[in-house]
Formats: sequence, C-alpha cells, structure tokens
Amino acid sequence: MALSACGSGSGDKDGDGGGSTSTPAFNAAVGHVYNPSDTKGGTLKMANDSDWDSLDGGDSYYGYGWNFGRLYMRSLVTFKSAPGAEANQLVPDLAESLGKASADAKTWTYKLRKGLKYEDGTPITSTDVKYAVARSLDKDVLVNGPTYFSDFLDLQGYAGPYKDHDLTMANFKAVDTPDEQTIVFHLKKPFAGFDYLAMLPATAPVPPAKDTGTKYKEHVIASGPYMFKTNELGKRFVLVRNPNYDAKTDPDTGRKSLPDEIDVDLNVNQADIDKRLLNNDLDVAVSALGVTAETRAQVVNDPNLKKFADSSPQPRTWFTALNADVAPFDNEHCRKAVMYAADKEGYLRSYGGANGGEIATNMMPKMIPGFRQVDLYGTKSKPNGDIDKAKSELKACGKPDGFSTNISYRAERAAEKATAESLQQSLAKVGIKTELKAYPQSDYGKLYAGNVAVAKNNGLGLRVYGWGADWNDGFGFLSQIVDSRAIRAAGNTNFGVKDPKIDSMLDDALEELDEGKRNKIWGNIDEQVMKDAYYLPGVWASTLFYRPERLTNVFISDAYNTYDYTTLGVQK
Amino acid sequence: MVVYIFRRLIAAVLLLFVVTAITFLIFFGVPRLGGATADDLASRYVGKTASGQQIHDTAEKLGFTDPLYEQYGRFVKGLFAGADYDTGVSIDHCPAPCLGYSFITHNPVLPDLLDRLPVTLSLASGAAVLWLLGGVATGVVSALKRGSFFDRASMSVALAGVSLPIFFTGLLSLSIFSYALEWTPPGGTNPVDADNPFDWAAALILPWITLALLYAAQYARLTRAGMLETMEEDFIRTARAKGLRERTVVVKHGLRSALTPILTIFGLDLGLLLGGAILTETTYSLPGIGQYAVIAITNQDLPKVLGVTLVGAIFIILANLVVDLLYAVVDPRVRNS
Repeated sequence: MALSACGSGSGDKDGDGGGSTSTPAFNAAVGHVYNPSDTKGGTLKMANDSDWDSLDGGDSYYGYGWNFGRLYMRSLVTFKSAPGAEANQLVPDLAESLGKASADAKTWTYKLRKGLKYEDGTPITSTDVKYAVARSLDKDVLVNGPTYFSDFLDLQGYAGPYKDHDLTMANFKAVDTPDEQTIVFHLKKPFAGFDYLAMLPATAPVPPAKDTGTKYKEHVIASGPYMFKTNELGKRFVLVRNPNYDAKTDPDTGRKSLPDEIDVDLNVNQADIDKRLLNNDLDVAVSALGVTAETRAQVVNDPNLKKFADSSPQPRTWFTALNADVAPFDNEHCRKAVMYAADKEGYLRSYGGANGGEIATNMMPKMIPGFRQVDLYGTKSKPNGDIDKAKSELKACGKPDGFSTNISYRAERAAEKATAESLQQSLAKVGIKTELKAYPQSDYGKLYAGNVAVAKNNGLGLRVYGWGADWNDGFGFLSQIVDSRAIRAAGNTNFGVKDPKIDSMLDDALEELDEGKRNKIWGNIDEQVMKDAYYLPGVWASTLFYRPERLTNVFISDAYNTYDYTTLGVQK
Repeated sequence: MVVYIFRRLIAAVLLLFVVTAITFLIFFGVPRLGGATADDLASRYVGKTASGQQIHDTAEKLGFTDPLYEQYGRFVKGLFAGADYDTGVSIDHCPAPCLGYSFITHNPVLPDLLDRLPVTLSLASGAAVLWLLGGVATGVVSALKRGSFFDRASMSVALAGVSLPIFFTGLLSLSIFSYALEWTPPGGTNPVDADNPFDWAAALILPWITLALLYAAQYARLTRAGMLETMEEDFIRTARAKGLRERTVVVKHGLRSALTPILTIFGLDLGLLLGGAILTETTYSLPGIGQYAVIAITNQDLPKVLGVTLVGAIFIILANLVVDLLYAVVDPRVRNS
C-alpha cells in the first residue's frame, strides 16, 4: 500500500492532522503518517546515547521511557497512537474506559478488560495494578518516578509494601479492588485530571510474587505486545513478541506492533548514532533528543537529507528565573526591568536560531491545551529589548542607574552560556551589571541554583534553566514550576514563584472537572506568572529528528513529541 | 629475586590503598570543603521530586552522615570481609572482595567490572601488539634509512598520530571504513558477542588501529632516536669489525640496547591504557571498563568510580612489575648486577 518514493509530488496527501504520505519530504511525519504499512516482521534497531533511568515502570521518569514502555507494559489508560494533536487524547488501555469520577473528583473507578495476560500466560488482575501503584510509592527503593500518587492518594501513612512487609496490602486503603476487574482510587483532594495519573507507567501491572524491588528492572514481566528476550544492563537489550498478548484486548490505543524484534543498544556515542541514522544502519535514536547541532546543520543544508527530517516543537521552554530572594529582585519593578531589557532574539540565537525553536512570549509551550499567547513585555514589537520601558521600570524600582547581580548557568551547556552572555550584554544597556557563574549541570538544581540558601547567599539573581512538561497538560507543565508550596530547601524546579493567587488558581484547576474551563485556568495561571515577572521566557524549543528510509509507519506523536514507538515498522 | 618480587607486591598493595583513599577524599572531602552537607551529597542519588526526609534517609542509608574515615573503613572492610547491602527489599550479601554497590543502579560493582573486562582486555592486548610491532619496526627502519623518503614519510605520519585525538581518528575511520566502504562492522559492535575469532577481530580492528596509532607514533620516534644513538656506539663498530652479519648487528646488538627504554615506556603505557580505552570505548561505543568509567563519573557513582580506579591502579602496578622483571631478560647489565 505504500507508494514509491520517487513521484514528483504525486501520492502526497498533504494537510494538517491526519492523512498519510509516502513521498519523502521535510516534516512529512509531522501531522501525517509517513510510509504507512501493515507489514509485520523484521528487526527495529534502536540506540541510546545514555541509558534509561530504569526500565521498571514504577521507577521511571524519562519521557522517552514512557513512550517506549508501551511496547512491553500496559497502563490503565494511555495516549492515543495517532499523528498530530489526536495523540494528546487519553484512551483506555488495560481499562475498558477512561476513569469514572465521583462528583467531587475524589474517587476514580476503572474496570479492567477481560482476557488480559502476562507474558507467562497468568491473568492480570486489579490487585496487580494496585500492587504496582503501591510499590511505586516507596521512593527510598524506587527513587526515579514522579510522586503524584503520593501527592494525591489518601495514603493514611501507608508507605508501600517494602516497608509494610505485607503483600496483601491490607493497610493500603487508598486503592480498593472489590473484584478482579475493578480498581478504585480514593484521593485526599480533588483531581479532575486523574486520568493522567492512570496513564503513568506506575499503573502497569506487576505480579507481587515476581517483584524483586530494585532488581525488577532486570526482568520486567511484560503485559504489552513485546517482552524481554535478553537484558544486559547498561549495554543492550532485545525485545521479542509476547505470545500471550492478545491484540483483541487492545482496540483503542492504536499500537501496531509490526517488528518481530526490537534491539536497543545503550551508551552509544551520539555522533556515531547520527552517522548510523544517516547511513540507514540504525532506525531510531531512542532518547529523542534529536540530532546533534553538527548533524542538524548538515541535514538542513542538504535537500537529499532534509527530506528525511522532521522538526517537532517540544513541550519545553528555555527560560531564566528571576530570584525574588535576592535584592533588588524582591521589587517587582526591578524584575520587570529585566523582562523589558532582555534581548529576546539573542536568547533564540543562543539556542541555534530558528532551528532550535521560536521566541517564547510566555511560559507554557504552544501545544499544551489551554495555551494562549501573552505578550506583556513587547517581545514581538521589540525583540531586541525595550530600553525605554526598562529604564522607567528601574526608576519605579528606585534604581534609576541600574544595579548589580549574578547570572548562573549550567557549565556543560553551550546554549545556556551563550544565553547568559547575551543577557549580560542586553542588561548592561540599562545599567544592570552582571557577573556570570557557571555550575556543574548534575548538581545545578540540588547544590547550587535550585538550592534556596545557596542561590541566596551567592546572589544568584538570574538563573538560566529550562523545563519540559511531564505530560502535555497545564498541570503536567506548570505544577512543578509555579506552585509555591512545592518549594523545597534543595533540588527545586520551582525557582521562586511565590504568589498565593497562583496557588489558589492551581487548586481551582484541580477541582474543575470541565476540561475546557480547566484549560482556561492553566492559561490564566501562565498569564499571572508573566504579570508577576518571576520568569523570563526565552525559547519554545523544537527538535530535529531524522527518519531513516527503511522506517515505516512513522509519525510524530504530539503526546511524546517524537516518533511514536509503538507504531513503527521496518521495510525488509 | 623472590624477595624483590615480594617487596614490590607489598609496596603495590600499599599503593592501592593510597590511590583509593585519595579517590575517596576527592569524591567526599572536596565537596565538603565547599560546604556541601551529607544531605546535599545524597540528593544526587534520589529522584527528581524527593522530599527532604527522603534525601536524609538516603544520606543515612549510604552512610554519608558518618565521618569520612568510617566510610573509608567500610569500603576497606568490604574488600576483605565482604559486605551486606540493604536494597530496601532484602539484605544482599556481597562476598569479598566487595567493591560495594552502585548508588544509582544498586547492583554490585565487581560483577559489572568483570563482565566488562574481556572487552577492554581485547582492545588493549590487540592495540598493544600493533603499536609495539608497528612502532618499533618503523623506528628501526627509519633509523637505518635515515633521511630517506620512508624515514621522512613515516615520521610525518607519526607526528600526525601523536597529534590527532582519538575521537577524531575514530569517527573518521568509522565514517570511511564502516559506513562508506562497509568493510568493518558499525560502532557499538560488541566483540565479546562474536561467534568466531574472525568476527571478534573485525569488530576490533578499527579501535585497535585508532588506539595503536596514538602510541605507535611515539614508539617509532623513540626507537628511531634510540637506534640512531646506539648504532653510533663503539660496540656496534666492534661487532661489525668482527664480521658479524648486518642483521645480527642491528637486531641483537643495536635493537636490544635501544629496547630497554622502550620497555619502560611500554610498561607505563600498558598500565595507563585505561585512559586511552576511555576515549576509544566511548568513540566506538564498546561496552568495556573505559565506557563504564565515563558512565560512573557522569553519574557521580562513587562505588563504580572507586572500582574503576582500583582496577586501573592494579593494571599500572602489575604492568610495571612485569616490565621491571623483563629488564633482566633484555638487558644483561641488569641481570649481572
């Protein structure tokens, strides 16, 4: 059914949202299925420039890990495998339907499908899902995953089966399993978006008898279409078809499960990965960071390569946080002076210009439902900075001649260094003198810029950083960076937004069951953050991906913002 | 001789302790000088959203709250008596010599290292043979045909070899031989998975040459200089005057004498090879100890870093010991003294 790739414009059903094409063209896999195929067989070859945090669904926080995890795990619900915006739709996976909420959004009920089995043929029950959630609560053992279940479930002191030493989970009252099919979650506060939590791989079933804690990642018992054949930690692993996966129990997700085998090499040199992709020797760079800056230049300048590339906007914003703990940024007008004075074009240039994304006017990335553009500081009209407005804000702040402060950035990141330098230049024009301070990236959040006391003592007034959504929803993007109650002593991702108004808006959104109204609140929160001038938005990021010729059924998923890994196939 | 070896071994063990103690100090002492607390250190090994209590629990579990000498004492005790490790689910026993458990993966370090050793040994042995044979042969021929085209060409290549970094020559040779000509397997091919010696060598030939080129160049220049000097010596003239064949003069009298300093350097280089292996294994994505070291350092995974340091130090010490013993074989003056 795939058309040959040599036609002059024929066979290309171009258009946004849906349709398919087999003509190689730039962005052919954005919004459509490129090279559609139902042909099964072959080996899909993937490589990772580093390694997973963990292959264990209860211990995983990497976006690509969640995308890939659907090959061997099934959670209660998941994002639909479809091109374009349709991918942001949650669809039932293990569950028969999306969650049924009580009127107060504090009780959520799911019913499992019939006939679900693990790779060894044993049936999957609601208890296994409950157990999977229970074990993921223990962050002393499974350290990596998000803490949303701990934040929302009414745990009553329950700390997970490893500490409770009771596999029957009698003390885990926040989740009920009245029968083998039904699972009921009891929350301590309303959460209208609970289906997003049911999407987390922590809801993928784990048979209690097979759980080995930190070692479970060595052999995750498969519930999805593939299972582990071999797993050499840190080196490579191989997935093969799970004979006990029944596609009839999986009508809604859009999984294709085309290849017979999936090989993944770990810790592969990034430059070598790019070469192998361009040489058709490798199918997917699994960590979804896109090609390197060098390869990007090579690809966009060569039409024969560019037609196999896709540029995908990411749910990630590069920004600079203004630290209200450091004077004079406790004064809103001094913060606004920076917002006006900053050279926004210079910010984008630091991230590779148009290849790296577009100038951000506010924090929330465009693909997040509820997004609306807010341009409070003349970003569009004066992209190189508004000197006059900046000066009048400085006057209002009582510092008409400017002031001195420090800019921190992650030493290993060239783009952040360039950003700091660009800011230094543009702020100097209004008399704000800055000194640059580089810190190692691995300790940036925990020991330095994200450590409240260290940031204050070192006078880090401006901190260059970036943030990506846990999932494409206002809560998934905003909650970790604007909720003042989330500020800890160290390891912060909220770099200093402290506005009770924003906190109460967050609470309102959590209670709002109407999706349209809820999304509007996320947009309002974003606008309030901009009014408060706690964050200087820099760049809405985008990434360039390369799709080798032999890959079939390729499209960018708007949920994972890279190729959907469950639909890919290979030409033999 | 036996006493000599014994003394050297005792010194080697002491040296290992010094090396690990310094690594320990760099890792834990230096951040503390900078004001980092035990909790700050532990915050590297918890999830993104860990609470203060979780971080503190982790600090206690990993023993960061204890004084440094106690932590180091535990490491040494593990080496001799083994250690127990609380995974949070069960208590695992790690038999002696226990290098500890990774802070990140929670797996014991020693099996990881042993698992990766064959790759690094394959890489190191092949490269060493190549650079020693290639470098010495080139050096001898260059010295004998001093000023010839061969001499000048090979010394230029040698200069390039010393100057070009591994990640450049590595990626360039992958581009040409693996991707353009398709003569060799792509990067990331694990030689240990090979079914036969031919595949093993095919997977390693580019890494061997890349690594060997770096060292061979130096050996060629050293041998050439040594040979030029030796061939001017009186005993060579005597040997020639006695009517010995030129081959005997060059190999038995000239080269043998010039070889002593080469051997010293070879011992050092063989031990230090881990440094070259780090770059080569990273460039070619070979799952050896060098790559393991990079992952360990990137993740600030102390038990792994200590493990790699220890293995590296053992390499260096053993290589030096072997070289010292070989002196006696090569140089009659050492043997007779």
